Amino acid sequence: MKLAVWTYEGPPHVGAMRVATAMKGVHYVLHAPQGDTYADLLFTMIERRDHRPPVTYTTFQARDLGSDTATLFKDAALAAYERFEPQAMIVGASCTAELIQDDPGGLTEALGLPVPVVALDLPSYTRKELFGTDETFYQLVRHLARPIQRTERVSCNILGPLALGFRHRDDLVEVKALLAGMGIDVNVVAPLGAAPADLARLGAAHFNVVLYPEHAEAAARWLEREHDQPWTKTIPLGAGATRDFVAEVARLAGIEARLDEDRLRQPWWSASVDSTYLTGKRVFLFGDATHVRALARVARDEMGFEVVGLGCYNREFARDIRSLARDYGVEALITDDYLEVEARIAELAPELILGTQMERHIGKRLGIPCAVISSPVHVQDFPARHSPFMGVEGANVLFDTLVHPLVMGLEEHLLAMFRDDPEFSDAAGPSHHGHLAPAGSAGGQSPHPPALHSPALHPPAMSGRMRDGHDASPAALIWLDGAERELRKVPFFVRGKARRNTEKFAQDQGLAEISVETLYEAKAHYAR
Amino acid sequence: MTGCAQAPVLRERGQHEVFCGLTGIVWLHRKMPDAFFLVVGSRTCAHLLQSAAGVMIFAEPRFATAILEEGDLAGLKDANEELDRTVAQLLERRPDVRRLFLVGSCPSEVIKLDLARAAERLNAAHAPHTAVLNYSGSGIETTFTQGEDACLAAMVPALERTDDANLVLVGALPDVVEDQALALLSAMGIAAQVLPARRAGEAPRVGPNTRYALLQPFLGDTAAALDRAGATRIAAPFPFGEEGTTAWLRAVADAHGVDDATFARATDAPRARARKAVSTVAETLSGKRISFLPDSQMEPSLARFLARECGMEPVEVGTPYLHSAIMAEELALLPECRLSEGQDVERQLDRLRADAPDLTVCGLGLANPLEAEGLTTKWAIELVFTPVHFYEQAADLAALFARPLRRKGLLLGSNTPRGSGGVKPPVLAAE
Repeated sequence: MKLAVWTYEGPPHVGAMRVATAMKGVHYVLHAPQGDTYADLLFTMIERRDHRPPVTYTTFQARDLGSDTATLFKDAALAAYERFEPQAMIVGASCTAELIQDDPGGLTEALGLPVPVVALDLPSYTRKELFGTDETFYQLVRHLARPIQRTERVSCNILGPLALGFRHRDDLVEVKALLAGMGIDVNVVAPLGAAPADLARLGAAHFNVVLYPEHAEAAARWLEREHDQPWTKTIPLGAGATRDFVAEVARLAGIEARLDEDRLRQPWWSASVDSTYLTGKRVFLFGDATHVRALARVARDEMGFEVVGLGCYNREFARDIRSLARDYGVEALITDDYLEVEARIAELAPELILGTQMERHIGKRLGIPCAVISSPVHVQDFPARHSPFMGVEGANVLFDTLVHPLVMGLEEHLLAMFRDDPEFSDAAGPSHHGHLAPAGSAGGQSPHPPALHSPALHPPAMSGRMRDGHDASPAALIWLDGAERELRKVPFFVRGKARRNTEKFAQDQGLAEISVETLYEAKAHYAR
Repeated sequence: MTGCAQAPVLRERGQHEVFCGLTGIVWLHRKMPDAFFLVVGSRTCAHLLQSAAGVMIFAEPRFATAILEEGDLAGLKDANEELDRTVAQLLERRPDVRRLFLVGSCPSEVIKLDLARAAERLNAAHAPHTAVLNYSGSGIETTFTQGEDACLAAMVPALERTDDANLVLVGALPDVVEDQALALLSAMGIAAQVLPARRAGEAPRVGPNTRYALLQPFLGDTAAALDRAGATRIAAPFPFGEEGTTAWLRAVADAHGVDDATFARATDAPRARARKAVSTVAETLSGKRISFLPDSQMEPSLARFLARECGMEPVEVGTPYLHSAIMAEELALLPECRLSEGQDVERQLDRLRADAPDLTVCGLGLANPLEAEGLTTKWAIELVFTPVHFYEQAADLAALFARPLRRKGLLLGSNTPRGSGGVKPPVLAAE
């Protein structure tokens, strides 16, 4: 048993739903108890879809268990076929149905339906949602792709975008534009918007563009083996990666690389003087492996941040992320336990977090700005406006996304300069960090603790692990009164870093006490 | 007038588009700040809780899931030892927890993990600081609000016994509403306790002279458990709207021999206030046709309120489960309409499209798709989270139904959503 409050991934059958919901003409019959329909609302609410996901649930109840749940399944599958007349069906079991061991594949086969039926084997007690997406798409491709002649003009498939995908809708627009700019046709986009008939002609493309390895790598490998299609390894996320992607595509297509950079504003925005204050901002990254890998490069090479830690929740890519972390000289965090992520963030005290919905809340709790860069995400990260992460416009979006949570350069300068003025005092906090507003400031009592008591200084006692983590390192260190007072003069948004650096410096020097002197020696030591 | 009391009930089974009882945790844990709900289940259960709890999950929630792993299923590990270890780990991290509920799920029930025995064992280990109880919130046993019923029913056997002639109000209402209910009764000289109590030490006592009144329609098992403890139910419609609240208070008052003058003194002013406030909102609702898809068992009561106090016309009133004894007073007041129990969602949607009501009350999995077909919807879950009982909330309750209709009126003309208005074929599976 594993104690879980918050899960980064749903069960694997939710992954299968994401593939089915993305496609047209596919229906998923899921052997599942009453209540598992909750997953429908992920699609109708978070992604705001205007149709129900194409899923029929058998809805077995306790009283059915003694009798014949297999008949229930067959009846549901037949009714679903007759009502929806899909071009292909997928069938499978949710976690509870896995335990009662009916065989959805065999049962459906016995019905003799006149359309392809793909049986999914998704082990719910060992694997998770992203395995479900990858495996479902792979099985559909394997069953439906047919031998077919290559297109005359050079063409590719785009693999990976699906339902409930973080910015998939808009990434697709950008990547199509990149390909169009090079004169490359798109043969099939899948799963998003593809019908079973489209999967049948995947083999006509000259190569595959894989946008999200989490969802499409197994299918891409199979197509490489069976249909001799190479696939792209670069994710066009960030200005540099977009250029590399275009070069890789050109190589696979046997044509010259062409990229229209007219609308690419990110490099100049990043080079302009107001961005200087971004230099060396300490950033921690967490999310799915693909987004973390791409964003680490953007953070270091295109924004000038310092990557102080990174990790991912999908173990399938653990090796990949460990080697990435080595390149960045940091330790990888591979975990699906958000308390571990919180402990690591508290320990590293970064100035910016790039993460998921959970890290956004961890950041809120610890008083650290955060930008969301990966699933799982909430409804606000399925925006109405065009907001890709990939390609040229994606690079522009990324610059804004990564900078907005930070105090802008000029504002930061003014805050430091006027920090003794009441409007800019430490306790007032930056205007857009409402939750740090102090008690007793203008307007009366605030429901939130003052900045001085912000968790950056006193990590919340939310888990035993965290307390231990905090106590373990600087336990023996004593801050003398003068040093503590001096530390208060440091603007709050860098105070956490100052405290941490000073303690590390004192430890390295073998000191037991921290004086004002130590504080400034540490400052000199870490000067950049 | 017999209303719907003798009406035939359309009973269906098939795909149910409903939540399981685990969802009850999301509001129960807020009502009992010293309680923790530990679901023993799968990743699906954890995912459901976080989807239902939304953003609340980050406010140091007092619920979690002990996720079963392959080793637990294959008998490689002793599930009971694993559970003991997990509970110890949890209680060490959360020493403030005074009541721990082990909540059964579909997986834990299918593998026949005996959580009742586990609760007894853990209770012995962690008493007196933490009491450990057990109930099932599984989808195979419970629908949505039935999770609260199962939870409260599990608390009843552990209640202390008494021979006093006391009154217990049953059902988890928002604190503000609960306070209003207690104040109204107190104004008539009636003292009452509430199940569930906000804190562990405040639990009501029960015995042969105890009377109880249900605050919610979905508490059949809890009522049965109280009956077994010797208590007597005060039959009444449920306190929705001015009429429902008055009838509910009247039943309780009658059981306590309160005279008419005292009753009038306590209720006349809030009654008038509620009537006036509801009548304003009812302008939007009057004459509109409404259908309910099954969700919470509150549907017949809400339909009664909307029909009698807001002038709406119920078309189909679906409920996941119809407890005929508990709902008798309610059904007598409900105007004639199509009552359905259980669900075959595809067939029910066919009926709904044929009925084309002005307003459809349904779950979030159906609301946006139905809006896209041109139907106006009110999502049902809000009715469980929002304060809607008793006099002061009567107009708020009406407003929850009026708002989608007003919004439709405001948006039309300037901004017709895609898919609405025009003729559209029945919903197809794929986009």
